Amino acid sequence: MAYDISTKTGFVANLGKIYGGYAGAFLGFVVVLAILEQMGVPNAVIGYCFVFLTIGVYAYIGILSRTMELSEYYVAGRVVPAFYNGMATGADWMSAASFISMAGGLYLAGFANLGYVLGWTGGYVLVAILLAPYLRKFGQFTVPDFLGTRYEGNGARVCGVIVLFAASFTYIVAQCYGIGIITSRFIGISFELAIFVGLAGILVCSMLGGMRAVTWTQVAQYIVLIVAYLVPVIWLSTKLYGIPIPELTYGMALEEIASLEQKLGILKPHAAPYVDAAGKFSWVEFNNFWALVLCLMVGTASLPHILMRYFTTPNVRQARESVGWSIFFIFLLYFTAPAYAAFAKLEVYSHVIGQPIAQLPIWVQNWSQVGGLLTIRDANNDGILQLAEFIINQDIIVLSMPEIAGLPYVISGLVAAGGLAAALSTADGLLLAIANALSHDIYYKMLDPKASTTRRLTVARVLLVGVALVAAAVAGTRPDGIIQMVAWAFSLAAAGLFAPLVLGIWWKRTTAAGAVAGMISGFSVCLFYLVMTRYFPETFQAWFGTNLWWGIRNISSALFGLPVAFGVTWAVSMLTTPPSKEMQDFVDSIRTPRGDVKWAIAGVRE
Amino acid sequence: MQESTLSREKMDNYWRKTSRLMWTILALWFIASFVVHFFAVPLNGIKILGFPLGFYFAAQGSLIAFVVLCFWNAYAQNKIDEEFGVAED
Repeated sequence: MAYDISTKTGFVANLGKIYGGYAGAFLGFVVVLAILEQMGVPNAVIGYCFVFLTIGVYAYIGILSRTMELSEYYVAGRVVPAFYNGMATGADWMSAASFISMAGGLYLAGFANLGYVLGWTGGYVLVAILLAPYLRKFGQFTVPDFLGTRYEGNGARVCGVIVLFAASFTYIVAQCYGIGIITSRFIGISFELAIFVGLAGILVCSMLGGMRAVTWTQVAQYIVLIVAYLVPVIWLSTKLYGIPIPELTYGMALEEIASLEQKLGILKPHAAPYVDAAGKFSWVEFNNFWALVLCLMVGTASLPHILMRYFTTPNVRQARESVGWSIFFIFLLYFTAPAYAAFAKLEVYSHVIGQPIAQLPIWVQNWSQVGGLLTIRDANNDGILQLAEFIINQDIIVLSMPEIAGLPYVISGLVAAGGLAAALSTADGLLLAIANALSHDIYYKMLDPKASTTRRLTVARVLLVGVALVAAAVAGTRPDGIIQMVAWAFSLAAAGLFAPLVLGIWWKRTTAAGAVAGMISGFSVCLFYLVMTRYFPETFQAWFGTNLWWGIRNISSALFGLPVAFGVTWAVSMLTTPPSKEMQDFVDSIRTPRGDVKWAIAGVRE
Repeated sequence: MQESTLSREKMDNYWRKTSRLMWTILALWFIASFVVHFFAVPLNGIKILGFPLGFYFAAQGSLIAFVVLCFWNAYAQNKIDEEFGVAED
């Protein structure tokens, strides 16, 4: 590849060979385990091998990438080529929610959950055209750094850190929860203990090497997770229809599901858009669909752990190309997820429902033991499993799918390793985003600007461990489902950060006062709606005479926060003095790829 | 890196072209993200390879459009950068 990287180390020059060899070794490892399984090695051992060996590899990369240099720790030395940054972003992006819950959500809700598929991909178009190249040209360490520079001062910086913390912390709790589910199922320890085992896996990747270590483990994790996601579904497609392209064949599964739905008397068809529980068209469902799509897309373009990935490319041009590679690698999983859901549904409808309960397969027992995620209750005591008696949690559809379909156990272990890779990689990125904002923006920029490099890196690492421990403890209390928690994080980020970031680049007239007022008001409205409708529905009802504004669910809270953020930013900016000539020159300089950034305030430069 | 030598006029032209590209892609993004799916109910009446078309667009069609838009943006913006001589060396 013709990437021009001046600081060419042996490693960056040989990335293709290194990761190609790694992918080959991983496939070999899977084949060896498959052979061992045929030779009678117990399932538990195979589960252990997958969990511990993959974590061991990530830890090894993490330790090799340890560093004591600031630019290596914060932005991986800015040597990550577009293609590999795309892979790392894919792993950073696809979390427990994408890997574990999304197909499960599609299984349960059908068309309505395609909002997640759309919302979690289309946002990259916004990242590409509105933000990524300009933030790369700006070229500092964190997203609040940009706010603090463009809006001249600590007000905007602190607001940025608060929003970042709220969104990323909600998100990371969901990841710890996912790690807990997988680890407890596959190595047979309690959920609470499993979370802390997973935590060790997260910390060992990010603590010593910061962004550099996280980048190169994320590339490794992407390879594991995409193989793990595609193999079972390709297998099933071949088994059912003889063609190994699930994205083509699940149309036939959708047709079979539709006819089984009529036979089983299901009112809400899988593929029907915007219908309520009775199968009738509903405007509330229609509005919730596009509101969710909008909030997830705008949230994508506001989440700091994603935006900071584009700080690591060698130049602006590669930052742009990197967004293309990111969405391509994400697309590979997302356009497969609906096939996963369709095949799972077909298997359950045709081989589980209507069977005698005494003869249900072994996977039912295995999964019934993990914290009430799968319940089978013979309500009418006829010994036959009815649809209403089979209650499966969305978070286990993907993980249990290979067993449901009767695939060898090695595939289950592979899927578990993939889910773990997805959750660990996202948790690493989030943890780094939070700890970097606290150590760089709060500690270094505001509390102790004279701190030495060693001291700054020590503070960063201590904060990293602290945040990780608190997140794991919160996840241990088993809060809401993964996908809902993650959607909240998107709304919070969208309402608080999108307006000041986009307007800061695209509208020179935006003033510091306008941006701060917009952030505070947009974020507050979003948080208010979320907290009130989730935790104090009676009070909300008493105040507004309705339980939801226009029936919009609180996972789309940013629908109310976004217009407020833009409106207030605009109004306050127009009422305050326009930004100085120097600040306008600064904006011009980040709009053009060539040339130096013109700093409006002396001394902000690293 | 070196000092950018764009005159005010040239800078304004550069930004006008960049903005036009941004708005074009934003419009296509809006169509793929929302407009198409407003018609999901009638589109579902058409079936191709078993896929109801409204379902297909939300599950695959729009996603392909997003990938193409991102790569097209990178390509077209690089062209603009070279035309104005502001591409990195």
